[in-house]
Amino acid sequence: MDDELSRAFAALADPIRRDIVARLTADDMTVTELAAHHAVSLQAVSKHLRVLEAAGLISRRRDGQQRWAHLEVDVFDLLTGWIDTYRRRAELRHQRLDDVLRRQP
Amino acid sequence: MTTTLQTTIEADPTVPAIRITREFDAPPSAVFRAHVDPVLVVQWLGPRRLTMTVQHWDARTGGGYRYTHVGEDGTEHHFLGSFHEIRPDERIVQTFAYVPFADQVALETMTFTELPGGRCRLEGFSLCGSFEGRDAMLASGMDEGVVQGYERLDEVLS
Repeated sequence: MDDELSRAFAALADPIRRDIVARLTADDMTVTELAAHHAVSLQAVSKHLRVLEAAGLISRRRDGQQRWAHLEVDVFDLLTGWIDTYRRRAELRHQRLDDVLRRQP
Repeated sequence: MTTTLQTTIEADPTVPAIRITREFDAPPSAVFRAHVDPVLVVQWLGPRRLTMTVQHWDARTGGGYRYTHVGEDGTEHHFLGSFHEIRPDERIVQTFAYVPFADQVALETMTFTELPGGRCRLEGFSLCGSFEGRDAMLASGMDEGVVQGYERLDEVLS
């Protein structure tokens, strides 16, 4: 299995991290802005951002006192990869259904 | 005559849904029967390397189902749902849930359309309760896809 993909998926397994990624699709945001949307501490949001960064989903930069988070990956690209796999699986199922139909009188 | 049969999938950008379309060289009545007769269903539903056992199967309007996929290592995956509407040879509306995430219930509609030459178009529409659930469903095939990819590679190399 693709390590990059499994890291990305593990990083997105957490609802707060999914929400952070969803917000970053619109624009870069500061840690403070991201934390304002959640009932969790600034430290907790920072920890989530480190996980997302380690998975290659975001990058972070410092601008004076502000720390910004930037979405590195097109989430839709990620979804496309999942769809391809799902499609292969559905196609294999449908080929088995073809076989069943061929055996019917 | 050989035609390349191809499954198309679309993940809806506006609602958490998956659309699957596929044509079959068989009439709607036969494709429909393969969806409701459990003797036929176990022959194609579920991954090739898994054994499907059916605990409950009542393919009538208001009925329901419960089945298990057993992996080679003995791992069991349980699925359950209700048949909301069974319209012979035309349409099946059912719920679908993977038991460990039983709160994530999908609403699935299968439409069987007659095509010229005794063929059938099957359109599936799965509406999930959330985008997270939809995306997890799409991602759930990742390792499996790789495994079957290796199986295909084995076949090529053998």
